[in-house]
Order: sequence, then C-alpha cells, then structure tokens
Amino acid sequence: MTAPVISTRGLTKRYGRVLAVDGVDLDVHEGDRYGFLGPNGSGKTTTVRMLLGLVFPTRGEIEVLGHRVPRHVGRALPDIGALVEGPAAYPHLSGRANLSLLDASGPGGGWRTRRRRVGEVLEEVGLSGAGRRPVRTYSLGMKQRLGLAAALVRRPRLLVLDEPTNGLDPRGIVHVRELLVRLNEQGTTVFLSSHLLAEIEQLCTRVGVLDRGHLVTQTSLDSLRAPTGRAVVDVADADAALALLDGRVVQREGSRLVVTGLPVEELTRRLVRAGIGVREVGPERRTLEQAVLELTHAGSDQVDAP
Amino acid sequence: MIVVEVRKLFGRPRTWVTILLLCALPTLVAVLLAVTEIGPRPGEGPTFLAAVLGNGALYPAAALGIVLPVFLPVAVSVVAGEAVAGEAGAGTLRYLLVRPVGRTRLLVAKLVSVCVFVLVAVAAVAVTAYVVGTSLLGTTPITSTATVSGTPLTAQELAVRTVLMVLYIGWSMLGVASLSLFLSTLTDSPLAAALGGLALLVSSSVLVALDAADVVRDYLPTRYWLAWVDLFRDPILWRDVERGVLVQGVYVVVLLGMAWASFTTKDVTS
Repeated sequence: MTAPVISTRGLTKRYGRVLAVDGVDLDVHEGDRYGFLGPNGSGKTTTVRMLLGLVFPTRGEIEVLGHRVPRHVGRALPDIGALVEGPAAYPHLSGRANLSLLDASGPGGGWRTRRRRVGEVLEEVGLSGAGRRPVRTYSLGMKQRLGLAAALVRRPRLLVLDEPTNGLDPRGIVHVRELLVRLNEQGTTVFLSSHLLAEIEQLCTRVGVLDRGHLVTQTSLDSLRAPTGRAVVDVADADAALALLDGRVVQREGSRLVVTGLPVEELTRRLVRAGIGVREVGPERRTLEQAVLELTHAGSDQVDAP
Repeated sequence: MIVVEVRKLFGRPRTWVTILLLCALPTLVAVLLAVTEIGPRPGEGPTFLAAVLGNGALYPAAALGIVLPVFLPVAVSVVAGEAVAGEAGAGTLRYLLVRPVGRTRLLVAKLVSVCVFVLVAVAAVAVTAYVVGTSLLGTTPITSTATVSGTPLTAQELAVRTVLMVLYIGWSMLGVASLSLFLSTLTDSPLAAALGGLALLVSSSVLVALDAADVVRDYLPTRYWLAWVDLFRDPILWRDVERGVLVQGVYVVVLLGMAWASFTTKDVTS
C-alpha cells in the first residue's frame, strides 16, 4: 500500500445547528485519481475547504502530505494546487499578470523561473493566446482554465479540484481530462470533487461518496460497478424468452430482459437450445449512477414539502 | 508579500482616482480664494483658511484641514474596508490563503499597504497644496510665515511642523484603517466594512459635539483629530497632541488585535 496523501479521522464540521460534515474518514493514496462524489449540499466543499485549512473542523483529525491540518497547513500547501468552488481572479489584470501576482504572493515560486512557468501552464491549459487580455473579457470556460493554470503553476504533488470542468464545452472537458490523466501518470495525486458522475466515471480510479455529511462508501470504481449477479440479454423473440424463462425475468424493456438466478452461460445455453436468437448477452453491471443513487438521498437543493 | 500587496493597491486605477479627488478639492478652494480673494474671516470657516490668503506656504496645513474631517477618512475607510472583504467578495481570498499566505502575514501586508496609501494620500495633498498655495497665494515672502499665534516661523521650522502634522494625521487615519480593517475581516462585503467604519466615526463626531456626552468625550476616536492645529502654535501646545496619539494608539492596538483574532480563527467560506 502506498503512502496516504490525504487521511482524515472522524472529521466533523458543525455550522450552528447544521451538521455539514459528520465523522468522515477519507483515505487518498499517492498516485490515486480520487473522485469525491455527492449530491449538492452533501458537504463536499466544506470537506475540501477543511483539507486546505480554509475552514476549521469542529472535531476530528486531518493529515495532508504528512502534515497535520490546520496546525501545519502552511507546510502542506506549497505542494498542493487547488481549485475551490470556481476560479477567481482580479478582473482588471490579464491572466498572465494574475498568475504572476499569485505566484509572487507565497513561497516556493522563484521569480527567476516565474515567467517561464506561467507561460508553460497557460499553454498547457490552452490559454496561451489569451494570456495578455484582462480577465474581465474571459468567458466562463476561460476563467476555469485560468483557475486550473493557477493550480498547476508550481507543479504540485497533489491537486485538489472542485468541479474543474464547470463551464467547459465537451472539447474542453476532454482536454482537461487528458491533462489530468497525463499529470497523474507523471506522479501527481488527483483529488477531484464533483457531482458530475460521468466525469468521475471516466477519470477516477477510486471514489468516495458523501451523503448528508456522511461518507457512505469509499472504494475502487470497479468494485462500485461490480456485477450485480443478474444477466442482461437482448433476444429476437422476447415473448418466447419470457415464456421459457418463466418468472426469472425481473425487468423487460422491449427486447431486452434482465434475468435473475441464472448464470450467463446457462442462460445462453437455454435460449439457444429453445431456438431463440440471442443478439447480446452479458452480466449486468451497475452504472456509477445507479450505485450513487442507491447510496445517497436527494440533494439539499431539492426541497420537498414535509 | 508586502510588496505584492502594495503593488496590487497602487496598480488599481481606483486608488489613483481617490488620491486625485483628494487633491482636487483643496486645489479648487485655492483657485477660488486666489480669484476672489475673499477669505473667511479669522476664526471662521475651515481651520487655517483665514491665514493662508497672506502666505501660501501654510496652505498644505489648510488643505489637510479641508480634507481631514470627511474626505480623508472616507478614502481610508474604503481602502481598508476593501482590504480583506474585497478579496473575499471576489473569491481571491481563498486562493491567496491556499497559495499559501499565512493569515497573519496577509493581514500585516494589507495593513502596511493601507498605511502606505494613507501616507501617499496625505503627502500628495500636502505637496499639491504647497505647489498650488505658493503659486496662487504665495504673495508674501516665506520669512513672514506666521504661526496661528502670530509669531514668525522660519522655513525650517515650518517644514518640521508640517512633517509632524503629516505624521499625526497619518496616525489618526491609522485608527480609521484599523477599524475598517477589523470590520473587513467580519464581512465579505467591502461596502459594509467601509460604511460600518464611517458610521462609527460619524457617531463619534456627533458625540464629541454633544455636551451630554461629556463623560466619554475624551475617549472618542475623533476627539483629538484636529489637535494637529496646536503644532502650529508658538510654543507648540503638546497636551492634546499627546493625548490624541495615546487614545488613537489604544484604538489601533485593540482594533488590530480584534482584526487578527477574528481573521485567524475565521472559517473562510467565500
């Protein structure tokens, strides 16, 4: 097992009477592409802010890159690049000036290499043509790319990204995903918080699911999408198959049947023996969406009458 | 970090417009005085204005007397109120803190940049007023420059006293800055911080003028603001100036302490 990059024990945050985060035990390992999932208002952003020392936990312990947070957060932060709840920049300055100014504000960014580093990341995120324009004139997607560039300027060991593809078009999303995968392959640990399941499904290797402040599961993406034990089959004659399988069909959508209690091999054999054409057959896998919907409640932005 | 903050503050057109406006009012007054030659009678109108018609070298003091009661505190309060709340409102505060910039460090850098602003603003007003005063009003030679008490003042003495005045006013404005900076750590709205600071100063000014508030008067922040006039008496009347420095010092220490305590323990959710 590799060294823990983020580890929290019993992490709890209470805002007045509201328990935003309750007893969360996160474990993110070096080299992970960790997806932090949960409905809106489930406590994702509060957790991310606690990891970065912006919000102080009510109870519990946090360790990031081997340093205690919030006490020694100043030692961990130089190796972290973060994008928290949307990008932010000074609108009257250019993208390039914003990056230089932020880089000059803290430790670990030498001024000798600054111009080169800023130029490099702007190119990497696809903004090299717009670096000299004031941020005021940027589109939402460009601001998002600039925020990502700011996180990357010092080549951090850990990237903590909150909704990084917000406002990007499909091509931009693919671009960012490829960039993150490339950085991850070079050794950067990526902690990605999102409510976009497709994004997590395509990028992450491990996931943690947060619901109403509780971490309801933390596992590899594959095990979350493990076979359900049922089989899905697409047949030429659904009625005949229905009659043959008698009671084992739990779901029918046109010619697609979900069959329980029969291994895929046995199911195929029986159908073929009965002369029913099989177009497609395989074990049923849960999608990430199903898994998450089973684990979580409605987001806090949905307010039903009591 | 301090250099970055100062650069940030003075890189903004807004800062220069504020300073320009601060200089514009005394210039306008000087032009009007020069054109009409109708000065307020001694003992009336803004401090010193009666004395400057004869000698323009005293005009910097008069100019600061014009901007001190309202304009300078407004400008300082706006800049100090903007310091933390402005970053919070724009969302850049969280990126500064995770950069990482220590919270104490950031607060100190903000305070220093506000101080630099105060000094630049006061100096700009003084220099503008000197130039305007000597070119428009300076009809009499400098050797005849007199104190408020009527005794003559050498150019060197005048310079020393003007510097003392700039420092005293700067110190008074530091009180304003501390107040707005403290409020700035409490809210994410720069406007609320600036207006909150001004509201307290206006209340203080009202109470200073109220006889019923006699008990607390000497402890109010604006009580000794105008005591720098005493620097132009002969001999210098130190009593109120000393008290002013002391009272202001207590406010500065307490308010900055509160700003520090509030900011270093605050959940940054902006």
